[in-house]
Amino acid sequence: MSEGIGARVLRKEDKRFITGKGRYTDDIIESNQAYAAFVRSPHAHARIVSLDASAALAMEGVETVLTGPELVADGIGNIICGWGITSKDGTPMNMGAWSALATEKARYVGDAVAIVVADTKSQAKLAAEAVVVNYEELPVVVGAVEALAPGAPQIHDNAPGNLIFDWEIGDLAPTDAALASAAHVTEMAITNNRLAPNPMEPRSAIATFNEAEDHYTLYTTSQNPHVARLVLSAFYNVAPEHKLRVIAPDVGGGFGSKIYIYPEEIVCLWASMKSGRSVKWTSDRTEAFLTDAHGRDHVSTAKIGFDNDGKIVGLKVNTKANFGAYMSLFSSAVPTYLYATLLSGQYDIANIYCDVQAVYTNTVPVDAYRGAGRPEACYVVERLMETAAREMGMDPAELRAKNFVRSFPHQTPVIMAYDSGDFDANLKQAQAAADVAGFAGRKAEAASRGKLRGMGYSNYIEACGIAPSAAVGSLGAGVGLWESAEVRVNPVGTIEILTGSHSHGQGHETTFAQIVAERFDLPTENIQIVHGDTDKVQFGMGTYGSRSGAVGMSAIVKAMDKVEAKVKKIAAHVLEAGEDDIVIEGGAVKVAGTDKQMLWHEVGLAAYTAHNIPEGMEPGLKESAFYDPTNFTFPAGCYICEVEVDPETGVTEVVQFVASDDFGTIINPMIVEGQVHGGIAQGIGQAMLENVVYDAAGQQLSASYMDYAMPRADDLPNYSVHHASTTCPGNPLGMKGCGEAGAIGSPPAVINAITDAIGNNNLSMPATPAAVWAALQDVSQKLAAE
Amino acid sequence: MYETNFHKAATAQEAAALLNRSEDGKILAGGQTLIPTMKQRLADPTDVIDVSAAADLRGITIAGDQVTIGAMTTHAEVAGHAALAALCPSICKLAANIGDPAVRHRGTIGGSLANNDPAADYPAAALALNARIHTTSREIAADDFFEGMFTTALEDDEIITAVSFTAPAKGGYGKFPNPASRYAMAGVFVAKLADGSARVAVTGAGEDGVHRHDGLEAALSADWAASAVDGVEISLDGLLSDLHGNAAYRANLVKVMAKRALG
Repeated sequence: MSEGIGARVLRKEDKRFITGKGRYTDDIIESNQAYAAFVRSPHAHARIVSLDASAALAMEGVETVLTGPELVADGIGNIICGWGITSKDGTPMNMGAWSALATEKARYVGDAVAIVVADTKSQAKLAAEAVVVNYEELPVVVGAVEALAPGAPQIHDNAPGNLIFDWEIGDLAPTDAALASAAHVTEMAITNNRLAPNPMEPRSAIATFNEAEDHYTLYTTSQNPHVARLVLSAFYNVAPEHKLRVIAPDVGGGFGSKIYIYPEEIVCLWASMKSGRSVKWTSDRTEAFLTDAHGRDHVSTAKIGFDNDGKIVGLKVNTKANFGAYMSLFSSAVPTYLYATLLSGQYDIANIYCDVQAVYTNTVPVDAYRGAGRPEACYVVERLMETAAREMGMDPAELRAKNFVRSFPHQTPVIMAYDSGDFDANLKQAQAAADVAGFAGRKAEAASRGKLRGMGYSNYIEACGIAPSAAVGSLGAGVGLWESAEVRVNPVGTIEILTGSHSHGQGHETTFAQIVAERFDLPTENIQIVHGDTDKVQFGMGTYGSRSGAVGMSAIVKAMDKVEAKVKKIAAHVLEAGEDDIVIEGGAVKVAGTDKQMLWHEVGLAAYTAHNIPEGMEPGLKESAFYDPTNFTFPAGCYICEVEVDPETGVTEVVQFVASDDFGTIINPMIVEGQVHGGIAQGIGQAMLENVVYDAAGQQLSASYMDYAMPRADDLPNYSVHHASTTCPGNPLGMKGCGEAGAIGSPPAVINAITDAIGNNNLSMPATPAAVWAALQDVSQKLAAE
Repeated sequence: MYETNFHKAATAQEAAALLNRSEDGKILAGGQTLIPTMKQRLADPTDVIDVSAAADLRGITIAGDQVTIGAMTTHAEVAGHAALAALCPSICKLAANIGDPAVRHRGTIGGSLANNDPAADYPAAALALNARIHTTSREIAADDFFEGMFTTALEDDEIITAVSFTAPAKGGYGKFPNPASRYAMAGVFVAKLADGSARVAVTGAGEDGVHRHDGLEAALSADWAASAVDGVEISLDGLLSDLHGNAAYRANLVKVMAKRALG
């Protein structure tokens, strides 16, 4: 079947997206709609002394102004973090209260203090400016290291010294002993820069309370509408689940930032009940910089030890993770179980120890962002490996290969059990595509043009397909991470797939249809994917962590198994044959080896007319399934980046970028390549361009595109993308996941290439022209001193 | 955006009169700074006076080595003007590298000069070319026009109508774009005038906007060559340090861009 697994089917959803016919949250218009504007703290840390909304309430078109104390009085609960972490000493994490509207203190610039609801957006914004808030400014701290220092400003009373938790994984004593005995130890201070997610569509919500039915409807920019409903209901007390419908219609990108349930959605629902109006809020770009959960922001020190033969004997890492002013929904899982569990990389390492201090600061909350913990782990491991190879005078690929895991399953010392992979195959494929042998010649040619050419590797591994529910439950997760699906074959034979996964750029409407087309040998145009509405889809855990393929599609496969069995039973009954002799192919259900058949739609009709189905069989042709994975999946690969640096300006051009990935089974290679391209673009963005910068007062200096450098087409090379895959044994399709790999694997490859070019390993992200030039000055000063 | 009164002027003089009558009016030329600033609620003019229909503000005229560019001439028109490119290619190349195509088809030379963004490109050209800024009430030498970032010699009700200059014997512009905004982190316009003297103007790098550079002018007046630039000390005094680069980096960029401007 040309549209089945492995086919480059054009994306079904693109017609509406590229013709401007998508239907996003801000496109939804309710008949009684009003607009919300939020009054936000201009200070990073301040006590709210008083708030006077009288002038705002008197302004034209203003419906209401609501504040934090009123929210609390109405019983709206504090915002939760859904993953509990236990510190080294056995104590639970110290989570400070986060009210959707600040009550006593504002803790970051942009912290919402009040909501104004008015007839027009302009009236709401004007009135928000007229709300008078008196603040008593408090001392501010923005960096994780500074926030842990004695005497730092105290942000939450119940997190003394701003420490949320001090967590560890692995065994300290054997790791210290291994490092002490090592023939060579490489030690590095490694910073992972803070990023703003910048989805193309800003966050938006429109909430409607129907008083007659005592029912709420929320349209919102969410990657997981069911989780949003669960949390809004169970923790924020907005409404019980059966009285709350959450719809995530077309969503224009998320990258993690739309997983979380933010204050604005909660407050819009509550404000709709209070005002009797539908309340719409759409973030502008500045608000997005100020309030969308940021990513990364780790400060680490890391040591890796080798024996005389270049075999790794131990790895020890300390990481200070900046959580911002409040604990966002998944924040605690990111620098712990999604980070330190991947520190073994692709390598067989007997001894690993990592401890992580999670820290409150007066900055935007930090949470999962494309890769979520795995990019930080990969960056630590792969910068260490490249630097160690240079220090030991070894070829960086050879050092890596010497330490590859080659037998599976492989239990690392940090929880993860790798199930499959062929790291040599990825390395060799990438080396061939990158023409590593020709690098010396290219470097010499570049030098003749006055350019410094460098090459860097990154051999990444990550964990996707989150996750086995019991396992994550034992590690502190508040939810199970299964997925659900329903397969509805209609009486006319067309198929609707209801999935708990959510598509916000991933192309599920196409790839999910392809696995159905493959199974039932039907054209994808007969298959519709339904997602994103809690009234249509019974439940789902949503899309993040590259889980929609390995987990979401597996649930569809399970439901299709049930449909197939019933189809065969019906056909066997009608055609008077044995079930085992029934085959589905070419739009028909046939008795193998005969000319007896029913057309596919005739089976659907037979199931629904129920005139002639096996005795005792229920009519209809609709099956559902829940799939709970048995393990994480482990996409891995080898990325090789080549750069040229202009030594006069520090400008770096990525002249070649080769990727060899192992994603397991690939459903649609075109979509997978797009995911790799986008991921690498974000990785190059992190490595060379993007950086959230705060001043000492906690003001974001980079809160617009004038100062926050997003990667543009002319910043990026043409990618050379390849696959060397092993099948994942853990799920029925053999899939591993591809959504984050590019963003995980690419930053260290870029930095390793630049540091190779300039001859200085001491370079942090983003490697802006100014940073690269400064690192080059250090080199020339050192040379002059010698 | 705050509410404002919108006017459309048919001539420069009508626009000046409207400006004079408004409490806190702003001229809308290409709108590439004013409109985003208003949308971010950072500007709140009582009146916006659109001069896009003022035909007397448009067009490029060349008479011998004398160039006059109407204030409402877009960057794209300057970039694509064949006769101007033959006489003074440096200004065409400068215009071709401002912003992106959308900006270049809306943004105007008059708007850029009147705004005097400290990282804009045109102020460097005007200053190095010893241009004359024509307004609805007078003519101002470039040396007297730029008075520090976002500040010019323009009076409240005065509108730029055109810019004129004598085509230089040689000229060039070296620009190092900010990775985020693509404005100049350092832009250096070098011009060798008919009398052989060199004028050098620097944008983007200074704490107070566009300025001439005496050291580079002296060196290039003596010897119009990259090697002459090598010997010039670029003082860090007055150079900008921000999240994109410190003064030392900008001093380096001034030197490198000066050399690259020489071609």
